[in-house]
Amino acid sequence: MNNALPKLWSLPGGIHPPENKSQSLNGPIRMAALPPQLTVPVTQPDYATPQLCVQVGDRVHKGQALVRAAQSSGLLAHAPAAGVVSAIAGYAIPNASGLPELCVVIDTDPTDTRWAKLKALDYPGASIDTLIERIADAGISGLGGAGFPTQLKLRSTLQQVDTLVLNAAECEPFITADAALLCERAADVVTGGLILLQITGAGRCLIGIEDNKPQAIAALQQHCSDARLQVVVIPARYPSGAENQLIHILTGKEIPSGTLAVHSGILCHNVGTAYAIARAVVHGEQLLSRITTVSGAALREPANYEVLTGTPVAALLQHSGVDHTQLSRLLCGGPLMGIELPHAQLPVTKTTNCVVATTEAELPSPPPAQACIRCGLCVDVCPVQLLPQQLYWFARSKEYTKAQAHNLQDCIECGACAYVCPSHIPLVQYYRNAKAGIREQSDKHQRADYAKQRFEVHQQRVALEQAQSDQRRAERAAAVKAQPAAAAGTSAQDAIAAALARVQAKKAAQSIDAGKQGDSK
Amino acid sequence: MTNAAPTSSPHSHQGHSVSQLMLHVLLACVPGTAALVFFFGYGVLFNLVSLVLMALLSEAAVLRLRRRAVLPALRDLSATVTAVLLALALPPTAPWWLGLIAIFFAIVVGKQLYGGLGYNPFNPAMVGYVVVLISFPVQMTRWLLPQGATDALPGFSEAVTIFFDGELLQGIDAFTGATALDSFRQQQGAQLVSEFRQSSPVMGQWSGLGWEWINVGFLFGGLYLLYKRIIRWHIPATVLLTLGLLALLFHDGGSSASHGSPLMHLFGGATMLGAFFIATDPVTAATTPRGQLVYGALIGIVIYVIRAFGNYPDGVAFAVLLANFAAPLIDTCTQPRTFGHAK
Repeated sequence: MNNALPKLWSLPGGIHPPENKSQSLNGPIRMAALPPQLTVPVTQPDYATPQLCVQVGDRVHKGQALVRAAQSSGLLAHAPAAGVVSAIAGYAIPNASGLPELCVVIDTDPTDTRWAKLKALDYPGASIDTLIERIADAGISGLGGAGFPTQLKLRSTLQQVDTLVLNAAECEPFITADAALLCERAADVVTGGLILLQITGAGRCLIGIEDNKPQAIAALQQHCSDARLQVVVIPARYPSGAENQLIHILTGKEIPSGTLAVHSGILCHNVGTAYAIARAVVHGEQLLSRITTVSGAALREPANYEVLTGTPVAALLQHSGVDHTQLSRLLCGGPLMGIELPHAQLPVTKTTNCVVATTEAELPSPPPAQACIRCGLCVDVCPVQLLPQQLYWFARSKEYTKAQAHNLQDCIECGACAYVCPSHIPLVQYYRNAKAGIREQSDKHQRADYAKQRFEVHQQRVALEQAQSDQRRAERAAAVKAQPAAAAGTSAQDAIAAALARVQAKKAAQSIDAGKQGDSK
Repeated sequence: MTNAAPTSSPHSHQGHSVSQLMLHVLLACVPGTAALVFFFGYGVLFNLVSLVLMALLSEAAVLRLRRRAVLPALRDLSATVTAVLLALALPPTAPWWLGLIAIFFAIVVGKQLYGGLGYNPFNPAMVGYVVVLISFPVQMTRWLLPQGATDALPGFSEAVTIFFDGELLQGIDAFTGATALDSFRQQQGAQLVSEFRQSSPVMGQWSGLGWEWINVGFLFGGLYLLYKRIIRWHIPATVLLTLGLLALLFHDGGSSASHGSPLMHLFGGATMLGAFFIATDPVTAATTPRGQLVYGALIGIVIYVIRAFGNYPDGVAFAVLLANFAAPLIDTCTQPRTFGHAK
């Protein structure tokens, strides 16, 4: 490994909330017991309809694919354990929208523990395509937060990446899933980093980790023998683990607004994802479980668990000895960016890095919001250097043009502003609302533009048809005019008789038609 | 577990509140206030107590009329801070009705009629101050001679009489005199600064007698606010820097045409109170970091221009109000560069 002290760039703003990490780092990673039922989300990234390949009543084995994903765009989901499919329906899962998503429910069979793994690959010899295909087949998605399918992120990046960043910052309070993973399984994380280097062709891999995890740092450094890998210890400050913020701290590069890190030649992955990649490539394991921190003052034994996807949160709380009389709120994720869960029956998904069962004393409910006094504390802590107090006014008064002019779209919703706000204003909520309002408005504009286009095309078509029929009429008129000249001898009587004959012929034809229709009925 | 509607992230909070911020501001006022009481006697305390009471009552009355919750608004201590700052700015001979009018314009007109805390475009304390300064120039410029320039400040009973009506007290003129900044203006270039300093009873070591220590007191309070991160350095630093630089520029080596030394301006009149406590009122000041530099500089310039070339001995109130006008424009023009946007 490279021992030279790397230059670090500093993050504007940021906060130092109480870390609350030691509680869950007391012991080794525990294996969560197999629950009687697993609820496995099979939602696709672009909300395309998943092509299920199991039916209710089917017996599935551990590692069997539940959906057929289109190779280039989908995300596979596998049965995390053997059992029988008992339902396929929409269930509430931990997501910000609160909308149900399609899940496959499996009644597990504890007697059947066989795991139908994929064939192990000899990774230094494998081609890039083989490796990406394997990552797709193992159903790996980003384990850090957004859960984007890893294969897609990799396919979009080929031949443009010079730096790979592995994110082990884990800056949010309570969460220790990555730290626990590194303490016990750093070797596989490093292997995953090397595989990613091979796929992307990047020249170096920076592993960014906050200085409050000495054990994880030591474990990482022990395994980083490759010169391309560099463990970079950064000062603990929230939100240094946000993708663009970490990239800036490590490389000094600012990812231009509205673009992806890849466009600047940097690819960022969570260390958990790197671990899953190593397991998939070297051991042929599908992504069936993840490490989830279960912490909070309402628990007797906070800990990190290796949890099968689909395990209900309630089972984890029970393992950790939850005191329901103390429990005030249940959070999925950390206290700054996490979402509040309505109840504990929701399943753990591939992105559930932490569950906090908290008490009123630990995380008090917010008091009623007071007026903004424009104190500017939010300006000092904003990592994106926005003016949160101005955005708040614009969001409140729905002045979306002004909000956009003040770069609302660059807000990463880290919550630092609301964390320090002395008036307890739920600023992030206002920004989310305003962002949704702006999206709605632009959708509306798009629809209006589309309708206008359709109308214009319609007008053109009508005009064209009119012109054509005018032309035909003019031609017929010209023909009629020409006829009298040709047959000058015919009298007006003849013309009337001819017209009557035409009408009668038409009537006769119609009555035949009507008769036919009557028959067919 | 409660089944209330899920709250939005973040779910944790640093724990600060508006009333805590205001409490720190009140604490920070203590050293300067103590010096003011030492040099000018009971009148200062009467002003403080009466104005705070009147502020709370008038705020409560308006909130009742507006059908808003009264207690939460009083508990945020913003009205108390306004009253204290206004009381510190009034002369110690101010009769009760002067304070009442000032408070009415500060709390009722300057603050509540604009929508209450957070919605007022002008610093309420300075609105109240300027209204009475323009309307009652005699009462507003009747300062006592400070302790040291006179051996007898008004006693308690005399101070009570003055508080109810200054005209009732026989021989009040024996107690009163021009402040240092005022008498310096009045000398009209008749003497060198050094000679004037020796001959005038109200001049102290660097600035006005007593006033220099009062300013030191408010400077300490201001440093406490900076240390506690209640205020940022931007505004006070630029106010003081601009005022000091301009004073240096026009100091003229202390000639008879001098407009006073930098120390005289920095530690004279309401400089420190204005720079740390009044100009930094977050509601009415500029809020962007660069904007606060501009805002502070603007205040420093106007204070100096009024003191040196204007008709009033001090100009903090006018400077702050003028800068209040400019704050929204300054904010618009000084947006910081957002992360990821072109430099």
